[in-house]
Amino acid sequence: MKFLAMCSTGLGSSFMVRMNIETVVRELGLADVTVEHSDISSAGPDSADVFFVAKDLEDTAQGLGDVVVLNSIIDMDELREAVKDAAARHGLL
Amino acid sequence: MNSVLQNFLDVFREPSVIVGLIALLGLVLQRKSASDTVKGTIKAFVGFLVLAAGAGVVSDALTPFGDMFQHAFGVQGVVPNNEAIVGKVLTDYGSQAALIFFFGMVVNVLLARFTTFKFIYMSGHVALYLAAMIAVILIANGFSSWQAILWGSLAQGLITTMSPALVQPWMRKVTKNDNVALGHTGNFGIATSGLVGRLVGDSSKSTEDLKIPKGLGFLRDTTVVIATSMGIIYLLVTLVAGPGYVERELSDGQWYLLWAVMQAGKFAAGVFIILAGVRVVLAEIIPAFKGISEKLVPNARPALDVPIVFTFAPNAVLIGFLASFVGGLIGMGILVAVGGTIIIPGIVAHFMTGAASGVIGNATGGRRGAILGAMANGLLITFLPLLVLPFLGDVGLQNSTFSDADFGVSGLLIGGSVRIGHAAVIGLVVIALAAVFVSSALVTRRRAVAAATEAEAQPTH
Repeated sequence: MKFLAMCSTGLGSSFMVRMNIETVVRELGLADVTVEHSDISSAGPDSADVFFVAKDLEDTAQGLGDVVVLNSIIDMDELREAVKDAAARHGLL
Repeated sequence: MNSVLQNFLDVFREPSVIVGLIALLGLVLQRKSASDTVKGTIKAFVGFLVLAAGAGVVSDALTPFGDMFQHAFGVQGVVPNNEAIVGKVLTDYGSQAALIFFFGMVVNVLLARFTTFKFIYMSGHVALYLAAMIAVILIANGFSSWQAILWGSLAQGLITTMSPALVQPWMRKVTKNDNVALGHTGNFGIATSGLVGRLVGDSSKSTEDLKIPKGLGFLRDTTVVIATSMGIIYLLVTLVAGPGYVERELSDGQWYLLWAVMQAGKFAAGVFIILAGVRVVLAEIIPAFKGISEKLVPNARPALDVPIVFTFAPNAVLIGFLASFVGGLIGMGILVAVGGTIIIPGIVAHFMTGAASGVIGNATGGRRGAILGAMANGLLITFLPLLVLPFLGDVGLQNSTFSDADFGVSGLLIGGSVRIGHAAVIGLVVIALAAVFVSSALVTRRRAVAAATEAEAQPTH
């Protein structure tokens, strides 16, 4: 199972979201989840199982598949719920 | 014996090896498994070589652009783009830049630990670019490598700690809390936008009450944006230069308009490769920095990249970008009228820093604040890069330069003092360090007094 955090350059904010997802994944004790980050233009539907983007990239991320849209990328509580939901959707919890 | 030392020094002159060693140290400090440590070290080493390869691609596209611009307009044309210029700089000054980047993080953590400025600069990519600029300014103006690394790291640590502090008063208005800060080399322009908004704006008329059509999502696709904007610029300059000149001197007979489109595509491809390289290098280094800073600095406030504010005011993002770009066009118009080197608006910089300026300007001064604040940023990132160009040595002739306002301000300060003399740079760094500690002590005392007064006013129940 692969989670992918994305932003426009794949350098700064997606990297932060990725590290925060990794923290949540550890908290939840999810096994076999890899978390990566990239720029949104390099990502395709096969790049990951779940995609995480900020709300401002919602339109750009359409068509990738299971896209999780974050209202605020600095809200850890929102992210925790989003990761939990995604894990439940894919039968990991 | 001498040759052993020579071989050893050769290793340290190879920036990819230095980067690999920094990654290795970070992975060991994180107590990663042996296989993860080996993998991460190799990835960082190869990532740097990817970056260097991208630099060559960008350079191949920019050199003919410079010649053609010179032929068409008789002056140098410069496209500010961080990735484009940093590739070239890291090829020439990579070892020193990587060490300034690394020790700059150490200085950042120490300053955050021992002063009231608890900002940890998590935007590794712009920090790496800043280190590259500091390295080139110091070394191109006569500093030895070791002096450049010593004073450059202190300067780097000071800038990365204090730049988020500049924007924090306005950030609190946007995020409604004090837990995160903005960490980007556009901070000086973004803070200026906040100030402009406060002085001339009206925060009751928010940009977010406007109905603005969406559909500019393509602006977030960096590769598309760079290829398109550079395509327009290349085509315009090619048309002025004329088919005769281009096909004879540059394109080797290829149809000149196709050649122009191909060069723009190559520029975008080079930036794409550089971004991929930077991403791989940082992926192995930043998590260690994050982990260590969280352990060593209680109440640390991470300073994060500009998109963290974009979701707070989507309309201001678009308005800020457009206003900043208009500022860049006005600035270019002034440069054309004055004569001399032309700074062509770099679309990525105007988007990233202009959008953030729009959000901050809106928070302090509503619509008027967003528009005028972001326009001020657009003017700053046109004129500041021009003023820094003379300090960059040969790199200043690359037809590209560092694009954001912090590069301009810190480049001017460091470049200006290095021209006066090496002692001036050392004096500047020492005075800045002293100023940070003194102002930290003052802020702490003021807060203590405020807390004491509050405690007196509210007797315990």
